[in-house]
Amino acid sequence: MSDPVIEVSDVTRTFMISAGFMRGKKPLHAVNGITLDVERGEVLGIVGESGCGKTTLAKMMLGLLPPTSGTLRLDGKAVGSADRIEVARILQPIFQDPYSSLNPRKSIGDIIMLPLRVQNDPNPETWQSRAEAIMDLVGLPKRVINNFPNQLSGGQRQRVAIARALINRPKIVICDEPTSALDVSVQSQILNLLQDLRSEFNLTYVLISHNLAVVEHMATRVAVMYLGRIVEQADTETLFKSPRHPYTEALLGSVLTPVPGLGVPDTHLGAAYPNPIDPPSGCTFHPRCAKVMDHCSNQVPPTIGANGTMVECHLYADGLGQKAKGKKTRKGKRK
Amino acid sequence: MAQPILEIENLCVDIKVPSGLLRAVQNINFSVAKGETLCIVGESGCGKSITALSLMNLLPRTATRSADKLMLDGRDLRGLGEREMSDLRGNRMAMIFQEPMTSLNPAYSIGNQLEEAMQRHRNVGTGEARDRAVFLLEKVGITGARGRLGQYPHQLSGGLRQRVMIAMSLMCEPALILADEPTTALDVTIQAQILHLLADLRDEFETSLILITHDLGIVARVADRVAVMYAGEFVETGTTEQVFNAPSHPYTQGLLRCIPIPGKTKRGEHLGAIPGIVPNLVGEMQGCHFASRCSHVHDACQSGHIALRASFEESHQYRCVLTPKVCAANSKRKVVA
Repeated sequence: MSDPVIEVSDVTRTFMISAGFMRGKKPLHAVNGITLDVERGEVLGIVGESGCGKTTLAKMMLGLLPPTSGTLRLDGKAVGSADRIEVARILQPIFQDPYSSLNPRKSIGDIIMLPLRVQNDPNPETWQSRAEAIMDLVGLPKRVINNFPNQLSGGQRQRVAIARALINRPKIVICDEPTSALDVSVQSQILNLLQDLRSEFNLTYVLISHNLAVVEHMATRVAVMYLGRIVEQADTETLFKSPRHPYTEALLGSVLTPVPGLGVPDTHLGAAYPNPIDPPSGCTFHPRCAKVMDHCSNQVPPTIGANGTMVECHLYADGLGQKAKGKKTRKGKRK
Repeated sequence: MAQPILEIENLCVDIKVPSGLLRAVQNINFSVAKGETLCIVGESGCGKSITALSLMNLLPRTATRSADKLMLDGRDLRGLGEREMSDLRGNRMAMIFQEPMTSLNPAYSIGNQLEEAMQRHRNVGTGEARDRAVFLLEKVGITGARGRLGQYPHQLSGGLRQRVMIAMSLMCEPALILADEPTTALDVTIQAQILHLLADLRDEFETSLILITHDLGIVARVADRVAVMYAGEFVETGTTEQVFNAPSHPYTQGLLRCIPIPGKTKRGEHLGAIPGIVPNLVGEMQGCHFASRCSHVHDACQSGHIALRASFEESHQYRCVLTPKVCAANSKRKVVA
């Protein structure tokens, strides 16, 4: 069944950050040894707090940032070596903020047709009709084709971004927080549209979001990131029903479902997000972990499991079959 | 019911724009009791932030405020001059803004900014103000508070900055705190912590809280009472249970269908949607403001003024021509756009 379209193997991305005047530079491991496969046709959700490296990972998948080490393969070809235009044919992005991701001086038609121009599409006479067809599909009226982005609402702009991503029929779309800049009523429209287009074009999505309710709704598999590492990966149902990593548990516990009378949950995450320039020793999550053990602070946790279901935690050193101690504490928290 | 801290009747805010008069807030009535939390929920542009700013009298110069009653703690806020208002701000009523980076002054240490509020309103020396600042910083969960007083906002993370904002709002033990999207710029984990903190402090200091947000999850978990705002008007008010368990107005029903709820919404299934866009608020408006987007619209919605009416209980009110029975039936029906 394994048919990966994106293979990320042991990828690291390091930024050199100034540590202060005359103090030279320090390395920041934004992505620190990630191995991840994106299967054809799935919706892979990537969740984590800000600063955990989600966007850096997405940029490397898009070929916008070269990895410091490790390889990314797209449809069997290494991303770094392949032609940028070749990559763009397979992979397209949708960014978070439709206010800054559209060129304000280009008309909507120009924006949507730009991928065809860049990719040297051989039939320029069909561009206009293809742009109109895709606009129709994403629910944009034809009359806006000569308008400019500032004349459209936020939801319409995000539709333009989606139309631009899809016009040359890519196989994979990387959605980086596609709805977090939008109102709830618009968010649901965009999510419905993404679902429809997925079946229509047979797309694979990589969905990056910090909104767990959205990820639960859209994704088929979820990867949880913390400080540049993937700490847990599982199919959506398993992950939301029985999270393994304590961090995943805390994340799920902090989702506020609109059920009155439950009060605000206490995530017990205590200490703030650690400084990524100077990450904690051993398991990077141990200062915030509710189930911390003695050896967590000095031993790097092993990666347990493979093939899309894995967890990186000392609690599971004996294998995934063993359920975590303290599992009961979550009982009744989520309904 | 306890003595209300804040009473508002027929609050209107009009903003002059090139094309005419934009009626941002139209005839809003509400009151907040001591220790109570009122959540105002709505989408961007519905007038919720303008409502908060108008209470603080911090509206832009092109906007005018009018009200039949505007009482804070038994004191009439109408017609107060700038000097009198600034005596109240930070003292009897305080505001927490969305983006703590832009609302804290980057050029002053947080200690300075915390002490300033107290020294301005209370006749206290630096030492006393500093002790209070340390006490509150510890209350909001900042460790090593005394050492942090000399730090500047850029040295703190987003969550810490928002904690400093909350501590600052509590310096003079205000009767009312207005929190405008206090957690929108924060991560989910930090959001839960900040909301937890706000709720604890509200109970401890018996402060009233007006929380403005677009996130229905927050509303359900924090609010005692809810006001749903749409296009400048309250379209539904009631206790949290009334509004979430028996939403009556079609807009509230639509909003609740829009959000995926883990465990409740089937995965991959279409979410409900509210078609159309928010109406232009410039000029006089006829009929129901939601009519252009409503799936139950009929002739009676198009003209006149739709008044708030009581649902099955008197405390639960909504602005719609449909009877409570019809609304209850609508809320159960599954609508997928």
